[in-house]
Amino acid sequence: MLKDITLGQYFPGESVMHRLDPRTKLVALIVYVVMLFVAKGTASYLLCAVCAAVLIAMSRVAPRLILKSLKPVIVIVIFTAVLNMLYTPGRELVSFWIFKITAEGVYNGVFMAVRIIMLVAVTSLLTYTTSPIALTDAIEHLLSPLKKLKVPVHEFAMMMTIALRFIPTLIEETDKIMSAQKARGADFESGNLLRRAKALIPVLVPLFVSAFRRADELAVAMECRLYHGGEGRTRLNVLRFSRLDAAAAVLVICFVAGVVLLNRVSL
Amino acid sequence: MPEIIKTESLCFSYDEEEGAQLVLSDIGLSVEAGDFVAVLGHNGSGKSTLAKHFNVILLPTSGAVYVDGMNTADAERLFAIRGTAGMVFQNPDNQIVATVVEEDVAFACENMGVPQAEIRARVDAALEAVGMTEYARHAPHLLSGGQKQRVAIAGVLAMEPKILVMDEPTAMLDPSGRAEVMNAVKKLNREKGLTVVLITHHMDEAAQARRVVVMERGKVVMDGTPEDVFSQVERVRELSLAVPQTVELEYALNAHGANLSLRDLSVEDCAREIMKYLGAD
Ligand SMILES: Nc1ncnc2c1ncn2[C@@H]1O[C@H](COP(=O)(O)OP(=O)(O)OP(=O)(O)O)[C@@H](O)[C@H]1O
Ligand SMILES: [Mg+2]
Repeated sequence: MLKDITLGQYFPGESVMHRLDPRTKLVALIVYVVMLFVAKGTASYLLCAVCAAVLIAMSRVAPRLILKSLKPVIVIVIFTAVLNMLYTPGRELVSFWIFKITAEGVYNGVFMAVRIIMLVAVTSLLTYTTSPIALTDAIEHLLSPLKKLKVPVHEFAMMMTIALRFIPTLIEETDKIMSAQKARGADFESGNLLRRAKALIPVLVPLFVSAFRRADELAVAMECRLYHGGEGRTRLNVLRFSRLDAAAAVLVICFVAGVVLLNRVSL
Repeated sequence: MPEIIKTESLCFSYDEEEGAQLVLSDIGLSVEAGDFVAVLGHNGSGKSTLAKHFNVILLPTSGAVYVDGMNTADAERLFAIRGTAGMVFQNPDNQIVATVVEEDVAFACENMGVPQAEIRARVDAALEAVGMTEYARHAPHLLSGGQKQRVAIAGVLAMEPKILVMDEPTAMLDPSGRAEVMNAVKKLNREKGLTVVLITHHMDEAAQARRVVVMERGKVVMDGTPEDVFSQVERVRELSLAVPQTVELEYALNAHGANLSLRDLSVEDCAREIMKYLGAD
């Protein structure tokens, strides 16, 4: 069950999306997310959706995986959509009890849902096509001006790399501990929320203890492999912009211009 | 052969206090370059503590440790020593840093500031040496235990160390994983002349070494070729260790009047020895 979590998972490949520099991808993602919120009207949203679809197709990542990444946010999507439908004032469509659904509400709700879905889909596309190390590298690079302000950028990037590395290990371990507790008669599925939360304590305690032990051993192993912070470090895979990235930059600019234009048109 | 590791009356205690229990007491051990040394001893005898002195995770309370001629107490040589004596630990999960095999193997080189092109060459060579080339782009958490441990060894090899110190590298592996790791290590020792110090609880692994050192309460109590050590069956048992099964068998037969050498560590040699005895009768 816990194995279904796909967050931060990388699927190696050779597609255009895989070959792009992670910095390009990261900046493009940020631009895309901003544009999702700037976009107004059907035409702009359509452009965003088409872009998302094209990116997914180009990445050669199975659409099934993208759908899987949406599963955890379904509740949030429905919740926001419903809230928007109920609480947007405007022309009334139906009303019952204290609720009334307005045309504007339906419109807002649908767009909010589409917005979140595209946001999650494109973000997970980034993690699917970018190795976590490349991603943290990109973050380290993009934030490196902050080093001058004594912000420990390298250390943060390293912490992120290690966190990503240990997510599957700790998930596996949680599964193991839960099975062990179930074998001793623990019950995680029944009872109210409080009872279920309580049932998790015997899982969390050993998980924490083992995480600390792991951290300790990892620190020693890293020291043995000469880790001494970011100073003087070289990299196996150095980030390099290619022509592909230039092309991507042009497309991103076109996209921004497109959304801005379509916003004008449809308003 | 020159000595690549040397300890001089090494004493160590985890407790700083005067007169505290010594975990290592007066160890004078030297290892020749290119040797393959297995370290045995029951739980708590101080094996891991000793190994941690070889790459400056611990420093002697008194006495000295020299690695390739460098005193481990010399703080300026810290990185040189750690780069000379690479260390592999028991749990492969807790020593793999990166999410892609080759990036993990590159980790040590990156820390050393090796230029990019050379990192590539070293990573490829290290993966080749442990037979993991085809897994270069895989995620470590999807590998088997034996494969993970070989990745961990490759990560150390990429530093191009002269010594490989391994603390129970096969303890968490199944028999086939253990065989994978042992074969990789033996090959490195044989073909690259890498000095190997292998801490283990498996007698069959120790039997594959060229020299066996047995520890008890922080002291070296036996030291010699595997044949010399294991043929002293009673002594080994006194130290709460077992002998390899072949020696065990010969010992049991001797108790019933046979006269076998107790020096046969491989099944073939053991069978030949027994056949010889039966034929001679
Ligand atoms: N970090 C520590 N702090 C205090 N005492 C320790 C520490 N690590 C080990 N010891 C003690 O030192 C002694 C030797 O431990 P060590 O881990 O070296 O044994 P070992 O031979 O490696 O045992 P094992 O076969 O179980 O791995 C033990 O008595 C142990 O309790
Ligand atoms: Mg130990």
